[in-house]
Amino acid sequence: MGSKKNLLLIVIAIVVFCLPLIIESSYYMSIFIVIGLYAIVAEGLGLLMGYAGQVSFGQAAFYGLGAYAAAILATRCQWPPLLCVCIAPLLPSMVAFIIGRPILRLREHYLVLATLGFGIFVYVLFKDLGTLTGGPSGLTGIPYLNIGSLTLVTDQQYFYLVWGALGLTLFGMANLTRSPIGRVFKAIHTSERAAEAVGIDTASLKLQAFVLSAFLAGLAGALYAFWVTFISPSPFGFTSSVEFALMVVVGGLGTLWGPVLGAALIVGLTEFLRWAVPVALPNAGGEFEIIFFGIIFVLIMLFRPKGLLAIEKSSVAMSHPTTLRSTDA
Amino acid sequence: MLEVKELTKSFGGLIAVNRVSFKAREGGILALIGPNGAGKTTVFNLITGVSHPDEGTILFRGQRINRLQPFQIAALGISRTFQNLELFTNLTVAENVMVGAFRKSRVGFLRSVFRRPGTTKEDHSLYREAMNLLVQLGLAHYADQPAGNLPFGQQRLLEIARALATQPQILLLDEPAAGLNPNESRELAVFLRTLVNQGYTLILVEHDMETVMSLADEVVVMNFGTVLASGVPAEVQQNTEVIAAYLGDEEEEAC
Repeated sequence: MGSKKNLLLIVIAIVVFCLPLIIESSYYMSIFIVIGLYAIVAEGLGLLMGYAGQVSFGQAAFYGLGAYAAAILATRCQWPPLLCVCIAPLLPSMVAFIIGRPILRLREHYLVLATLGFGIFVYVLFKDLGTLTGGPSGLTGIPYLNIGSLTLVTDQQYFYLVWGALGLTLFGMANLTRSPIGRVFKAIHTSERAAEAVGIDTASLKLQAFVLSAFLAGLAGALYAFWVTFISPSPFGFTSSVEFALMVVVGGLGTLWGPVLGAALIVGLTEFLRWAVPVALPNAGGEFEIIFFGIIFVLIMLFRPKGLLAIEKSSVAMSHPTTLRSTDA
Repeated sequence: MLEVKELTKSFGGLIAVNRVSFKAREGGILALIGPNGAGKTTVFNLITGVSHPDEGTILFRGQRINRLQPFQIAALGISRTFQNLELFTNLTVAENVMVGAFRKSRVGFLRSVFRRPGTTKEDHSLYREAMNLLVQLGLAHYADQPAGNLPFGQQRLLEIARALATQPQILLLDEPAAGLNPNESRELAVFLRTLVNQGYTLILVEHDMETVMSLADEVVVMNFGTVLASGVPAEVQQNTEVIAAYLGDEEEEAC
């Protein structure tokens, strides 16, 4: 089992490594970069939703805070870009830490509404704090990222950077979710009362998951800013927040690779439909592809309600009670 | 060791617990008994911080613990089981106990992100501790089964194992014998005795008079939220009010 898994990992790593060597079109390259960025955000949100059991519909705000922090530090403060990438995610982390205590006390749809409101609030700030953020027209002139004397310019280089960051994220998530803390999160999922009763500070753990998810979103945002060198508020709005949540759910809650798959699926499908719908229905104008997008996700949720990668454990578990009872009798 | 003074709690207009006082002595077994709805579980919830008393104080080793959160109270050394089992059904039997032992392991969030799982000393020692407890409770051969698949009686035992994993000084057991067959009840009683011999203090809520009278050092009888009588089992059994309450209860059930 273990060696098979390792083999699969190596194959995935090789495929990812070779992608930029095969793909020449910058359009496809940028799609893969976006998938990588979104996957980083989705991994963090996956920890929050799948493990800590908390929903956030404001993740795009953290993504944006990371992007704006990096962009502002690099353009207005002239900080070295690499330092900006390291420092920028701390802003969303701090914001998450401050709003986390009160906000995570809410449950279910109240939490959804609160995070949604937070997302919209931050989005409005991006638009209206013109002197700092450049307002609706955005911030230009963000320098390229340089590591030592190497300046990253091409999409290929950013691909390696982003997917490298995603690799590290996955490594950390795998460690965390299989650690005693990961186990505790699963426990909180089934009974918060019981977890509290054995001395676990559930509120603090949820807060830490929230902060980590904000950090990862911020990191992705900072990388995004240096890749596109121009940012405006539009990618950090409500729609993106919903998409991030969708990635996690479609991929499979509580799985390591689910968010990555979800990100790939959503970005890939959006692009595919943008191409396919006009070909299939030449007269359908406007945002017709969104309808197909919606239909496909409704279908996925109907047939795989726990997400694409969720393992249906119930079928295995069902066989146990009878055997246990019979040995017991 | 644990002292409850004039504890009062009402929900809406209903007074669930009314000026309840008792003392649990170190190394003893105190039983809270009484008919359904007498307020026993509410007292447990107050002691463990699930809800907070309107009036009165709860002292643990002389320290007021009225306003603490459940996890803080657990950290002080007061652990409990639940009447309606609250197992982590998505985890294995051993993992349930490991979560119980988690609070003592000082594994932080960041360290967990950077360190490979399974290689840490903490994880090994958590597992060893869990197995020790499972052996004591006769659950060792279920260790890797999903907790939700255990037969009912074993689930009750697992709750006790998980509570013990926190290394408490006081163990609060909410109807530990409910749903057990007479054989299992007897085994449980023997086990609870061994716990006391190991130095634990037990407080239990129990319905079954026989179990209580044979096991407890001290009995507190509750009815309609108040303490009807308390003392050693033999004393309480002679108490006319107690007899009346219990007979009344039986008559009602007979109707």
